[in-house]
Amino acid sequence: MKKKTAMSRALVRRETIAGYMFMLPSLFFFLVFVIYPMFMCIFTSLFDSNMGRNTVDQFIGFANYVELAHDPIFLGAMKNTLVIVLVSVPTVCAFSLWVASAIYDMKPALTSAFRVIFYLPVVTGSVAVTVVWKWMYNNYYGIFNYLLKGAGVIDKNINWLGDPRFALWCIIIILFTTSVGQPIVLYVSALNNVDQSLVEAAAVDGATRFQIFWKIKWPQIMPTTLYILVITTINSFQCFALIQLLTSGGPNHSTDTVMYYIYYTAFKLYRYGYGNAMGVVLMITIAILSAVQFKLGQSSN
Amino acid sequence: MKNQKSAAYRWISFAIVVILALLFTFPLYWIITGSFKTAKEINSTTPVWWPTTWTLKNYQTLMGKMKAPLWEIPVPFSQYFTSGGEKTIISSGPQVPAAIRWMLNTIWMAVAAMFLTCLTAALAGYSLAKKRFIGRHLIFTLIVCAMALPKQVILIPLIRQMSSLKLYNTLSAVIYPIVGWPFGVFLIKQFAESIPGEILEAAQIDGAGELNIFNTIVFPMIKPGVGALAIFTFISSWNDYFMQLIMLSSTKTLTISLGIAKMQAENSTDFGLIMAGAAFAAVPIIIVFIIFQKYFTRGIMMGAVKG
Repeated sequence: MKKKTAMSRALVRRETIAGYMFMLPSLFFFLVFVIYPMFMCIFTSLFDSNMGRNTVDQFIGFANYVELAHDPIFLGAMKNTLVIVLVSVPTVCAFSLWVASAIYDMKPALTSAFRVIFYLPVVTGSVAVTVVWKWMYNNYYGIFNYLLKGAGVIDKNINWLGDPRFALWCIIIILFTTSVGQPIVLYVSALNNVDQSLVEAAAVDGATRFQIFWKIKWPQIMPTTLYILVITTINSFQCFALIQLLTSGGPNHSTDTVMYYIYYTAFKLYRYGYGNAMGVVLMITIAILSAVQFKLGQSSN
Repeated sequence: MKNQKSAAYRWISFAIVVILALLFTFPLYWIITGSFKTAKEINSTTPVWWPTTWTLKNYQTLMGKMKAPLWEIPVPFSQYFTSGGEKTIISSGPQVPAAIRWMLNTIWMAVAAMFLTCLTAALAGYSLAKKRFIGRHLIFTLIVCAMALPKQVILIPLIRQMSSLKLYNTLSAVIYPIVGWPFGVFLIKQFAESIPGEILEAAQIDGAGELNIFNTIVFPMIKPGVGALAIFTFISSWNDYFMQLIMLSSTKTLTISLGIAKMQAENSTDFGLIMAGAAFAAVPIIIVFIIFQKYFTRGIMMGAVKG
């Protein structure tokens, strides 16, 4: 459909004024509470800025960034963050796709019951979820030690959260349970939208279930997979509440993630500019990763 | 039609899904039963799967621990005129258990964030989709860029900004950044794109005012989007722990999840008390979720399709 593009000058002015009047409330909150702090984050990352100290911030150029590159705790936090992302993104995607394909063609009531159950950990909220897991992981009263001892897997109680070998994995498990809810909802709806006539035609031609999945369903749910990859990556990068409540980055910074270390630097060490420099690095990392995933998805389509 | 899945495969996968579902509900089961267990059962090295004697003691401790006034009505903007930057309170409610105040704070925060987000996003989304004004491409680009970045990064600079605006340690400090987050505008814009321009032009020619057009034509058409955004904002602001953590500090201003986290930090081994708090925090939102579950899942799907 073609639209008339010729508009009189008065009409353009009227549209502009009306347009901005409608934009105004939203634009106010957006500029003041999102864009301005984002700018300040980049700006103060170039300063030696300490919270609560009454001296003027010192401009130090890229010194914060140089220090970051040599900060073993930051590099460790970056490594932990990448481990979390690399482990949780594929497992969340594969798990939710499998669950979705198992439940999408059940009776509607059953499908939505399962959807609700797998979404429950998200709704329960990170604090409630974390405190109960903390109890389950507990050295003396936790059920994990009890069950594993009963099954003969371990013979001594393990201090799950206090042991650098296990702590990060304990966090990944909880993150996993709180991450699959949304992908399952999305996959169920994507699988229901797959063109049934193609599936039936392939079945008549004697295609196996596996072939039908790879050749027909998988390409059609690709956009959903792409979206899930992006949101799961971003969520895993931002993993914070679990760490703050479970281990506070311990033992000995072995479970620090970048997000937690930013919080730690800004609110425990009061090194505000340094924390912001980390924030900028995190922003750039996520932007690059999202762009790469997006490009990959586009080229595979 | 030929059945694609064999009966055996169906039963096996059904069994596995049921087991997984039980595992996923277990933490919630453990919270709720744990909150009714006696200290002896909680601190037993052999887990008690089902409480033998149900006790309300944990809830009594939760309610008796800290007190806060039920409400406090401040004079608007008074923090800019007092020397300490404190608001002048004109009416303050009776002292009640702090957990109840936290719950009210959380409800107020989530409802206010939801209402403001929907209102501003509906207006702005429509404007971005349908109004041909100068600078809209720039604004839209800014919105898309901001959405791709991690929200938490801006929270560190925000805290300084909030203290200089004298909003630190108020619920507004949590609400405003949620309202500013541009996802809602983006979502509504996608909905408003599908409104036929002819209808709007016809209404304009008939002399209908801009607000009138918005109320009678635009809003009914973007309503599903606004509904999805409302539920989405409500649940995500309810659970947005990081922002609450850095912005709120005194007993009177805490939200329920923050209050529970604080209790956990102070009484880390009293699992009964902590479970009572967790149940108190989680059960209301779970009930809301189950009631609105249909709209909520639809909201998630629309967010993905339109996003």
